[in-house]
Amino acid sequence: MNQIDDFTLQQETIISLRDLRVNYGEREILHGLNFEVRRGETLVILGGSGSGKSTLLRTLVGLERPSSGEIWLKGKNLAVISDAEMNEIRKRMGMSFQGGAVFGSMTVGENVALPLREHTKLEEPTIEIIVRLKLDQVGLAGFEDYMPSQLSGGMKKRAAVARAMAMDPEILFFDEPSAGLDPIIAAGVDELILDLKKAFHMTIVVVTHELASAFLIADRMVLIDKGNIVAMGSKEQMRSSTNPRVRQFLDRIAEPEVLQEADYLQMLTEDHRGANHPVNKKGGV
Amino acid sequence: MEIAAQIGGSVADGLAYLGALASLGGRAAYFTFVAPFRGKPLRLQQAVSQAMQVGVRALPILSLITFFIGLILALQSAYELRKFGAITFVANAVAISMTRELGPLITAIVVIGRSGSAFAAEIGTMRVTEEIDALETMAIHPVDFLVTPKFLAMIIMLPCLTIWANSMGILGGALFGVTQAGFFFSRYIRASLDALFLRDIVTGLIKSVVFGITITAVGCHEGLSTGAGAEEVGRSTTRAVVVSIFLVILVDLVFTALFFFISER
Repeated sequence: MNQIDDFTLQQETIISLRDLRVNYGEREILHGLNFEVRRGETLVILGGSGSGKSTLLRTLVGLERPSSGEIWLKGKNLAVISDAEMNEIRKRMGMSFQGGAVFGSMTVGENVALPLREHTKLEEPTIEIIVRLKLDQVGLAGFEDYMPSQLSGGMKKRAAVARAMAMDPEILFFDEPSAGLDPIIAAGVDELILDLKKAFHMTIVVVTHELASAFLIADRMVLIDKGNIVAMGSKEQMRSSTNPRVRQFLDRIAEPEVLQEADYLQMLTEDHRGANHPVNKKGGV
Repeated sequence: MEIAAQIGGSVADGLAYLGALASLGGRAAYFTFVAPFRGKPLRLQQAVSQAMQVGVRALPILSLITFFIGLILALQSAYELRKFGAITFVANAVAISMTRELGPLITAIVVIGRSGSAFAAEIGTMRVTEEIDALETMAIHPVDFLVTPKFLAMIIMLPCLTIWANSMGILGGALFGVTQAGFFFSRYIRASLDALFLRDIVTGLIKSVVFGITITAVGCHEGLSTGAGAEEVGRSTTRAVVVSIFLVILVDLVFTALFFFISER
């Protein structure tokens, strides 16, 4: 491992998407996405509410099936593999959900131990040691016997990260890591992501709309709008981009109101709302 | 024409729903009876705690309700029987209607109210808080993890509760028999047991197992298909109760008719 320098590590592709399309019923949410995630990098997927970024993340972890296109991960195309094969891949990846999604009926320790108990034949004392180690890594040492309801929002999210890391995944996914947290706790979670990357050279994919957090943790960024990729590149490339949608997003300019009276009248009287109408958009979760 | 299309649509929806229930029940049965022989140990600990919740904790309220039902049955049948001077047949009437019909049915309805709704609420909340998604991303099958222990607990506890309910019903009848029909307590019990055939008890127990499967499948299916938002959990819970009661009565009708025609020969 030490023989390979950082540059080569950065170049190896671990996930690659080709013309990925995802539908909810009749409606197409993602309109043919192409990009790659490289080993050891932190890729931030940026986008506003309803941009399709959460759908993209759900598709990457196999919770939604693509309607067409390919997702290549570890030599397998996630669009066509069986449930059993998908489960094998899932054991090598971790996901931290927006609200944490730690099981309320189990203690923090049992939550972290769950994937180990389900998928490994490790002895109970070994599992306990791993649980303590993982909780220590996220700054929750000593909280094994707490119930999730006794934890604050930030601590729940840390517990979720510890659970996601229990199986030593190659790729870690984060859905809105700082959503619903105060700025100080959110900064703590960003700090945690940076630490994980530094300590374990983990590949991390983060979905967020928090600009400050994105620019802090990202190696590369992808900006998604209305199910299409608007821009992709390093932090510097994004900052210096002249693309109007990128500028609008980064400079936080509100969506312009309907300008023409005739357009407004048409919007009110139209029977069939277009897919891009705000009412028809799926709210970003 | 439109009405026919609507009826057709509802029938298709109903069949699709039953299909979903059957597939969920089948999966749970697979994880309960087949998977343990293929190296996937049964979740006994969770099943025991579910059995406590579903079965043991239901005993006080179930006892009270079925005792009253037994008493009501005795009063209602005595009203008719005394016209013929046959009031001593109250024991037979209560024993047979409890074991064949009301024991299993009342037990099922109490369990729907206590546990069917709880299954839907618990799993529905887990759906809303993304805990079901979290299970899937950890490569843990939600049916295996959540439904199987409930399924096992239900098919064991429902017949047990039914036997208990039958006994409490007969005791309720005995209260009337002893105070109003001139029975000694031991003679009332003797008369009840004499009136019963093993067949009466067994048919009731067979029904109760099928009720257990139905209640688990509906409660868990409603929970798993909960949409986004807290109000959806409430809706799932209500649907779980209403649909379970309907299906339990439908299953009851089918099995009662079946036993009727079998015993005719």
